[in-house]
Amino acid sequence: MSTFDYAPAPESRAVVELRSSYGLFIDGAFVAPVDGAAFKTVNPATEEVLAEVAEGGLADVELAVKAARRAYTRTWSKMPGRERGKYLFRIARIVQERSRELAVLETLDNGKPIKESRDVDIPLVAAWFFHYAGWADKLDHAGYGPDPQPLGVCAQVIPWNFPLLMLAWKIAPALAAGNTVVLKPAETTPLTALLFAEICQQADLPPGVVNIVTGAGATGQALVEHAGVDKVAFTGSTEVGKQIARAVAGSHKKVTLELGGKAANIVFDDAPIDQAVEGIVRGVFFNQGHVCCAGTRLLVQESVADEVMRKLKRRVAALRLGDPMDKNTDIGAINSSAQLERIRTLAEVGESEGAQRWSPPCELPDHGFWFAPTIFTGVTQAHRIAREEIFGPVLSVLTFRTPKEALEKANNTPYGLSAGVWTDKGSRILWMAQHLRAGVVWANTFNNFDPASPFGGYKESGYGREGGRHGLEAYLDV
Amino acid sequence: MSDRLEVRKTYKLYIGGTFPRSESGRSYEVTDHKGHFLANPALASRKDARDAVVAARAAFPGWSGATAYNRGQVLYRVAEVMEGRREQFVTEVSAAEGVTRRKAEGLVDLAIDRWVWYAGWTDKLAQVVGSANSVAGPFYNFSVPEPTGVVAVVAPQRSSLLGLVSVVAPVVATGNTAVVVASRTMPLPAVTLSEVLATSDVPGGVVNILTGAPWEMAPWLASHMDVGGIDLAGSGLDAVDLEKAAADNLKRVRRPVDADDDWTAQPGLERLTSFLETKTVWHPVGL
Repeated sequence: MSTFDYAPAPESRAVVELRSSYGLFIDGAFVAPVDGAAFKTVNPATEEVLAEVAEGGLADVELAVKAARRAYTRTWSKMPGRERGKYLFRIARIVQERSRELAVLETLDNGKPIKESRDVDIPLVAAWFFHYAGWADKLDHAGYGPDPQPLGVCAQVIPWNFPLLMLAWKIAPALAAGNTVVLKPAETTPLTALLFAEICQQADLPPGVVNIVTGAGATGQALVEHAGVDKVAFTGSTEVGKQIARAVAGSHKKVTLELGGKAANIVFDDAPIDQAVEGIVRGVFFNQGHVCCAGTRLLVQESVADEVMRKLKRRVAALRLGDPMDKNTDIGAINSSAQLERIRTLAEVGESEGAQRWSPPCELPDHGFWFAPTIFTGVTQAHRIAREEIFGPVLSVLTFRTPKEALEKANNTPYGLSAGVWTDKGSRILWMAQHLRAGVVWANTFNNFDPASPFGGYKESGYGREGGRHGLEAYLDV
Repeated sequence: MSDRLEVRKTYKLYIGGTFPRSESGRSYEVTDHKGHFLANPALASRKDARDAVVAARAAFPGWSGATAYNRGQVLYRVAEVMEGRREQFVTEVSAAEGVTRRKAEGLVDLAIDRWVWYAGWTDKLAQVVGSANSVAGPFYNFSVPEPTGVVAVVAPQRSSLLGLVSVVAPVVATGNTAVVVASRTMPLPAVTLSEVLATSDVPGGVVNILTGAPWEMAPWLASHMDVGGIDLAGSGLDAVDLEKAAADNLKRVRRPVDADDDWTAQPGLERLTSFLETKTVWHPVGL
């Protein structure tokens, strides 16, 4: 039998014009950091240095918060919602116009496959701005009273897994509600946020409404703890989320936190197995598993476990890992060497604790950071790989006999961000959906996102919602 | 004046539907606003607070799983039984807060009416704060509110009954269960309220009421890993340490209110929605 091989189909990177170094975006202009510090951002697929980026310090955070305050009091909070909305519509349109450029840059800086940045991340970014643009002049209809007021200056700290999309989740509702923002992108993925700053310039957004301060954890901490900030929004690890909750204790700052997860993806014996297998794969291997709501715990009913595992392994063996810029690539690069190390460590713990490890034959590129899709079977609830967030392409498989057992196991976690249910029985879907302690339940689907759909966690997955009417509450004084 | 000697009441804790004394064996003297002795209620310990959390957790599946119609009727029943004990509450509130009988009547009436208000919310809130979401794809997508779980409530210190009801009723109306620390200096109306709750079809453990020193109990409730939310209403404005402790498991926190806050004002939805989670469910649409 002949084999069909894919020819390379690389996306051109000519559409992106990289500068050798980037400053901070404060008060509408790119400026050098006060103390001149800088760090490098690399392409995780090749380890090539992409650019040098400014590392914001205390003085830079001070300038950015002041610029945001000025813009808030002088311009943005006084502007009619209709006008604010039109700026956001403009931004949405420019994102669409420059979508290929943004997608390529995102893939270069993050390592995710171009088909995901092109077909998921960037279209959702545009959709997010388009959605919240429309809210700007309708806040009095949002259910938060007749004249809900903005909070002021927002400190927003975002992660590296969906760099521009997380920026959109933060900035779009904040601006729609009438706030101004200082946003700190993740250390390893600052480039699309800086390109977004250019988009703000093209849209003629008033200076100071959006400020981008790049840097690492210390920069984020300085921003979150700044006394001139009225609101803190953070997406990232539960550990840092708790630090932030402690840091703002006793202040007037409103906080929303989108943190870690350890989602159960539950497959019942009457599920459409082929679709479920697709959902399992999408649930855990999408974006190399760098997804807080990833379905990392597969709970499969004992009677179909063998069939599901056979089909799952066959499907995973067909995933194409490699050059993220190739349009056929399914699994891209791990975002950083530090993250790769964390994934490796936990996978080794999985083996040493007695779970069986499996990966398809899979050639890893010589340069860059890579981890083959991995499945652990024979996992128990006590195993660390069943309890801790791995944030990589690693699936832990557990089995169950009854719906109640599935529910018990699914809820047995301090997290509560998302869950999946696969069954053909309607009443069982609704019973499971009702009893799962998770903020998003995907039934016979997984990892869908939409600006109209509230997203956020129960328990230690954080508090507050992003998306839709519910997402406005985080940015209004209510 | 009758020459009959009055039969006094023993004011005890309310945990899991029963009325224990403090496991610590302690009590403390409570006086009226003029300093006259009123009673020796239990001085609850941190162990009592933890026992109350266990009771509240045990009651959570049943109470959150009850129909909203059922919860509404139970809360309305609380108002009914309070009405029957109106005189007792008026006497206790008047003694505790040092207000005239007439003023106390007004406060008690408002407290009863507040139960009625929240009782009526149980089956309406999901329609007001839930939604069907128009997503860009072939999916049915909806969001519903769900209770957070066990919620600790530090009740207002200076509004012994109305303030108490104003913070407890919204927490349990949505299906949470509560561990309540009553006003330290004015705890007697809270104990009488627990007797009302015990005879109002409120399942044991749904509301647990502790009397004693907030500073002894609140830190343990704030750091308790099986408490999902905490209302610091009566903990005093400087509650930084409590808020920090609450971050251990990312409790939903309502920050303290000014001790002189006016509880007679008609509430909005804020207290109802403070301890709610929003769950969003997706399902594909297709043939």
